[in-house]
Amino acid sequence: MKLLFRESHEWAAIDGKIAKVGISDHAQKELGDLVFINLPEVGMTVSAGDVLCDVESVKAVSDLYAPVSGKVVKVNDELEGAPELINQDAMGSWICEIEVTDVPNDLMDEAAYNKFIKE
Amino acid sequence: MLKRTALYENHVAHGGKIVEFAGYELPVQYEAGVVTEHKTVRTKVGLFDVSHMGEVVVKGKNAEAALNAIVTNDIRGMYDGQVRYSILPNDKGGAVDDILVYRINGECFFIVVNASNAEKDAKWMAAHLPKDVQFEVISDKVSQLALQGPLAEQLLKRLVEPKDIPVKYYSFVKEGNVKGMKCLISRTGYTGESGFELYCANADAPALFELLLKEGEPEGILPCGLGARDTLRLEAAMPLYGHELGEDIPVNEVGLGFAIKMAKEDFIGKKALEAHTPEYVRIGAKVLKGIAREHCPVYCGDEQVGMVTSGTHAPMLGYPIAMLRIKKEFADKPLEADVRGRRLKLEITELPFYKKA
Repeated sequence: MKLLFRESHEWAAIDGKIAKVGISDHAQKELGDLVFINLPEVGMTVSAGDVLCDVESVKAVSDLYAPVSGKVVKVNDELEGAPELINQDAMGSWICEIEVTDVPNDLMDEAAYNKFIKE
Repeated sequence: MLKRTALYENHVAHGGKIVEFAGYELPVQYEAGVVTEHKTVRTKVGLFDVSHMGEVVVKGKNAEAALNAIVTNDIRGMYDGQVRYSILPNDKGGAVDDILVYRINGECFFIVVNASNAEKDAKWMAAHLPKDVQFEVISDKVSQLALQGPLAEQLLKRLVEPKDIPVKYYSFVKEGNVKGMKCLISRTGYTGESGFELYCANADAPALFELLLKEGEPEGILPCGLGARDTLRLEAAMPLYGHELGEDIPVNEVGLGFAIKMAKEDFIGKKALEAHTPEYVRIGAKVLKGIAREHCPVYCGDEQVGMVTSGTHAPMLGYPIAMLRIKKEFADKPLEADVRGRRLKLEITELPFYKKA
């Protein structure tokens, strides 16, 4: 399993052909209390960097971007009724699974990402 | 150049996340977050810095009549120590601002205005009050703390003499004393909960803020930011200038009839309002599957029939709510909001969305 991060604060945990995707703990803190998630649709195809879905905090809506390219094969329905799970455990709350066709080479590993958010 | 209130350092020390609002650097939230702060105000007590609000004193023998001619509500015959909500109308029947009028006595009134309109209001008043009435903008000398929630009174009771607690809603004590700090204490607020607003000198504000937080520990007090202030007023369906009210929105379309006294003698905008048959209404809706925020167009089928003026997630209700400005004849029709290209169903609900327990 490989854990990679985008500069826009999404993570992808890649295991073979499947990547679980979520947002970082830093991102959930910056967004504040999440109150709604508009989950991606199963079957949609995304390229890395495409808008994958959006989340609503009390104050604003934010787009989330696909960290990898591929097809959405599963979404975490549990988040639909309880987006606050992302605030409670961002790294443990996957949003969807993508069947990966491409992993861009500008993603960061955890150490590089932690350094990136400190800057 | 952004302004800071006297409490800026306190906000930073308490972990406030500072944002720009109406020209001020103010906390949008503290570490607890908007939802927790909101629920704390509904169930316990919260403390807000609202020192950005503007304050004006209007004085003179003719002050009551002069003020009455520039507001929509009737402020004659109030008692000393009474507060009344009003709109400051323009000539077209729109709103320059919405304000609170505090009657100190028949010849002296203390007016509280929105931060974003304070300068505009001062110019407006200068132009529309007669010369024999003096007015002074004192915003930069006054700090305002809002202590809001069902436990606000038991907390304040420990800190002041009983005579310093205003008894009635929308009344105030002019010279209250909170542990040596002189405050005007009013039983008012912008949350839909019971509570108080305390006006004090800037020099006393930091000590007053810390005193209330420390003494409120048994009540579970939290400092609260602008985020919770907005979700609280929205759940309580209170209008916000720039959203539900504005220069181009006739005030008789906003559901504030209690503050518009068409039967009283002439006032600015009266003729325009008499001539204007309301075309729009302010209504509330529950939003299905998403949040519809301000400026989202609202449709009935293919026809745009209004827009969202404010929208958020309602923490106490657990679902998204919105206030809408809708053409009258569509207020009971099936409506949808367009949110970034998606249509969200709106379910019309009664206002306020939330009533205090």
